[in-house]
Amino acid sequence: MRAEATILPLELDRLRFEADGRRLIDDVDLVVARGGPTVLLGPNGAGKSLLLRLAHGLVAPTSGEVRWAIGGGETAGRKRHAMVFQKPVMLRRSVHDNLIHALAAAGFCRSDRAARADEALARFGLRDHAGRAARLLSGGEQQRLAVARAWSLDPEVLFLDEPTAHLDPSATRAIETMITTLRAEGRTLVMATHDLAQARRLAARVVFVLGGRVVEDAPAEVFFDNPATEAARAFLAGELVW
Amino acid sequence: MDEAVVSTFGFGLSDPALANLLQIVGLSLRVTLTALALAAVIGLPLGALIGISRFPGRKAVIIVVNALMGLPPVVVGLVVYLTLSRSGPLGALGLLFTPAAMVVAQTILIVPIVVALSRQTIEDLWGELGEHLRSLGLTDVAAVPTLLWEGRFALATALLAGFGRASAEVGSVIIVGGNIAGFTRTMTTTITLETSKGDLPLALALGGILICLTIALNAGAFAISRVGARHAG
Repeated sequence: MRAEATILPLELDRLRFEADGRRLIDDVDLVVARGGPTVLLGPNGAGKSLLLRLAHGLVAPTSGEVRWAIGGGETAGRKRHAMVFQKPVMLRRSVHDNLIHALAAAGFCRSDRAARADEALARFGLRDHAGRAARLLSGGEQQRLAVARAWSLDPEVLFLDEPTAHLDPSATRAIETMITTLRAEGRTLVMATHDLAQARRLAARVVFVLGGRVVEDAPAEVFFDNPATEAARAFLAGELVW
Repeated sequence: MDEAVVSTFGFGLSDPALANLLQIVGLSLRVTLTALALAAVIGLPLGALIGISRFPGRKAVIIVVNALMGLPPVVVGLVVYLTLSRSGPLGALGLLFTPAAMVVAQTILIVPIVVALSRQTIEDLWGELGEHLRSLGLTDVAAVPTLLWEGRFALATALLAGFGRASAEVGSVIIVGGNIAGFTRTMTTTITLETSKGDLPLALALGGILICLTIALNAGAFAISRVGARHAG
């Protein structure tokens, strides 16, 4: 990652989101500074994915504000935060062309695109697949391509929405290895998961989300060894919490 | 041309008759393909925009466009006739009873088909790809070229449907073209005329060509969807 002006910290300020009269995100305050992976942990339907979408700007909040240190999370006219979705979104074209399309859409100049695409393919072991139709790859390969595609955009912050929820153990391991690589490059990761074991493996900080609220926010080892709330203790013990 | 080929291809027509037939087929294809190209240029982006945008009255627009797919060709012919006739609003252009008038009429017939089918295709694609495209920073309108390319196989089928409708219709072209021999006589208008005159060989030859065209179109649509499934997923 190149040294540039930083878009961090990201501040979510009294963020609220309502749909059909139901409050799905309820006055969330959260600050993400440059650092190790922040994991949004919680059961299905807690609002983790929605929080990521609000932060990434895909969904507009009902009230409250998403603030980046530099306006809109952009530097030099390019968005510096990217997102990987639970179900990989692949265009009906080759693996290589999926990368080229993303780079073009994100505003990379023509001369940079091919080099960045090749670099992404090489770095994540996808070079042999370059000419294949992306939608005919296996689920695990598609998600690897989705992460490589996000990486090629050189984001400072990467949002990952349950990136391994649909994958088998070996594909999950491959994705987690990629995530570790991204962290080592100094990118700040914000990931949603309901998988406790995965949170233990990857998190530096855990934000426990329940019913659209942040119930607990602590360094990972503190959260796992000594959760402060009853709800978090129950979740860690594998009990149902709502 | 080789005599055997002439007799097979021309259904036993004499040389001048064959030349006449080829001229008619050529004009038909030129008119319909021009109308199709215009309909694609107008209809594909319009359908895509309706597919991805949200505005008051959108449902009504979709219902109207879908209904227009069933426009009776003779009514389109009548409206274009009135518009282009000497005393009509566009009478000064002098287009009535020319191939250009037929192109206009057929374009009006095909545009709703292209808009309606591409609207559905693009709307489905936007649901599938929208978050990713917006994540990349594309606004709705900027995503249209990507969506059209993603839907290329389905959209090609939509265009074939439009071509099929235009090449088979007789009602509008006979009104605005006037069925003038050697100038605005198409396959369908010729069949109408020759059948009523009792000159069946030419009518049959053109009918055979039209049926072959229909089969070729359907084979083409089938092949496109197969190729799409195999190579792009």
